[in-house]
Amino acid sequence: MGDLRARAALLEEVRSFLSSRSVLEVDTPMLGRFAITDPNIELFPVATSEGPRFLQSSPEYAMKRLLASGSGDIFQLGKVFRSGEYGGKHNPEFMMLEWYRVGWTHCQLMREVAELLAQTLQLSTWQIWSLGALLEHFCQINLNEATELELEVAALNAGLDVVGDLDKLDYLDLLMTHVVEPGIVDWGLVFVVDFLEEQAALSRIIERGGRRVAARFEAYVRGVELANGYWEESDPEVLVRRFEADNRVRQSRGQTTHKIDERLISATSAGVPDCAGVALGFDRLLMLALGRSELSQVIPFSWPRA
Amino acid sequence: MPNFSTNEFKPGLKVMLDNEPCSIMENEYVKPGKGQAFNRVKLRNLRSGRVLEKTFKSGDSLEGADVLDIDLEYSYTDGEFWYFMDPNTFEQHSADKAAIADAEKWLKEQEKFEVTLFNGAPLAVTPPNFIELEITETDPGLKGDTAQGGSKPATLSTGAVVRVPLFLSEGEIIRVDTRSGEYVSRASKA
Repeated sequence: MGDLRARAALLEEVRSFLSSRSVLEVDTPMLGRFAITDPNIELFPVATSEGPRFLQSSPEYAMKRLLASGSGDIFQLGKVFRSGEYGGKHNPEFMMLEWYRVGWTHCQLMREVAELLAQTLQLSTWQIWSLGALLEHFCQINLNEATELELEVAALNAGLDVVGDLDKLDYLDLLMTHVVEPGIVDWGLVFVVDFLEEQAALSRIIERGGRRVAARFEAYVRGVELANGYWEESDPEVLVRRFEADNRVRQSRGQTTHKIDERLISATSAGVPDCAGVALGFDRLLMLALGRSELSQVIPFSWPRA
Repeated sequence: MPNFSTNEFKPGLKVMLDNEPCSIMENEYVKPGKGQAFNRVKLRNLRSGRVLEKTFKSGDSLEGADVLDIDLEYSYTDGEFWYFMDPNTFEQHSADKAAIADAEKWLKEQEKFEVTLFNGAPLAVTPPNFIELEITETDPGLKGDTAQGGSKPATLSTGAVVRVPLFLSEGEIIRVDTRSGEYVSRASKA
């Protein structure tokens, strides 16, 4: 019962943190007409009398439609769903806190995330690392120049024996999750910035030291990925090109392709304001706050027991 | 055999890896919020007993291994093969030296052993955790020395040598833990 109370108290704490800053709470549909095209995220389809709908993996698209209609700063604290994602730090149904700040960049939003974590996890300091610097530090590789062979050697050096073929982005994900994350367990709060252009997802591309990088950040606490933030891309044509590229990857891997969310595109065409947004795993936040190591210890009914 | 995807990798599942039958021991799912998911898997090679750690892209699959654990009665050896019988069907299976490995010193006739069959042939033989065997050779027993410590080597009917308390003598039946090779207790005489 103690943990149930801690969960309720933390839900209230994050709500009041954002409400006190005049961020409006919204609740967008869990069952959407469109599925996200991201090749690494699979949704649960739900049959309805009007055809399939999808349990959403994030409220992002619906929240952007609200932003386009002039909502101003908004947050949502609610359940999201990702098929197949079950493990020590994953649960296919989980609680996500997502919020958007109009007129902000990802750097301003990073500061607000740090303030929320300072308050909820009693973390007083934080550091910012570029993805390149982290990989150089832990794996002795150059993010921009590294070939797949060099990445494979870096993985082998770290004792990672991979079955099957990985491309460059796969290797980067492998090294981040298997080498960097365990390496920063004692570092407290770490923001990772300056991702590769190919890792942009829905963030915009900016110039940094003569290179084009994705204006994104990820927040790690004790080696656990806790939040993912973007300075949002607002050009509908850029988004359509990225969704189409996602679908090509899906096709090449034999996954189902998904129709592009035309409502998101028309909202973006009408004008989503310049903004930054972040998604934070609430259950992981609670896990860290209580000093636990697995999500099943803080989710009242985790996947096998639901 | 069917293929098994990484999300079906449960402890005990038998799969083929590099043409070797393996048993899954642990399977850990790891994924960045945006990006490729992986499964970090510990497997035991059922032939060599070696433990391997491999990383798979989630969703990749391995062919299942035709591996079956059955209880068989040990019958006899002709020096080259060791013969086991299924007490229900009377079917006979012959295990070679590699399959017998360390189990050789515990082979007692009519005792049940767990035999791992790979494609129908014995791959490994596991003795029961506890087995009762007769002492065939040891120094004479010291009467009255039942409480004090101290031990001596004793050769058992199967050839195994274990350390036993000083008061035991030849012809007595003892209970042994085959996992540690240690004496457990005196058993009632057969």
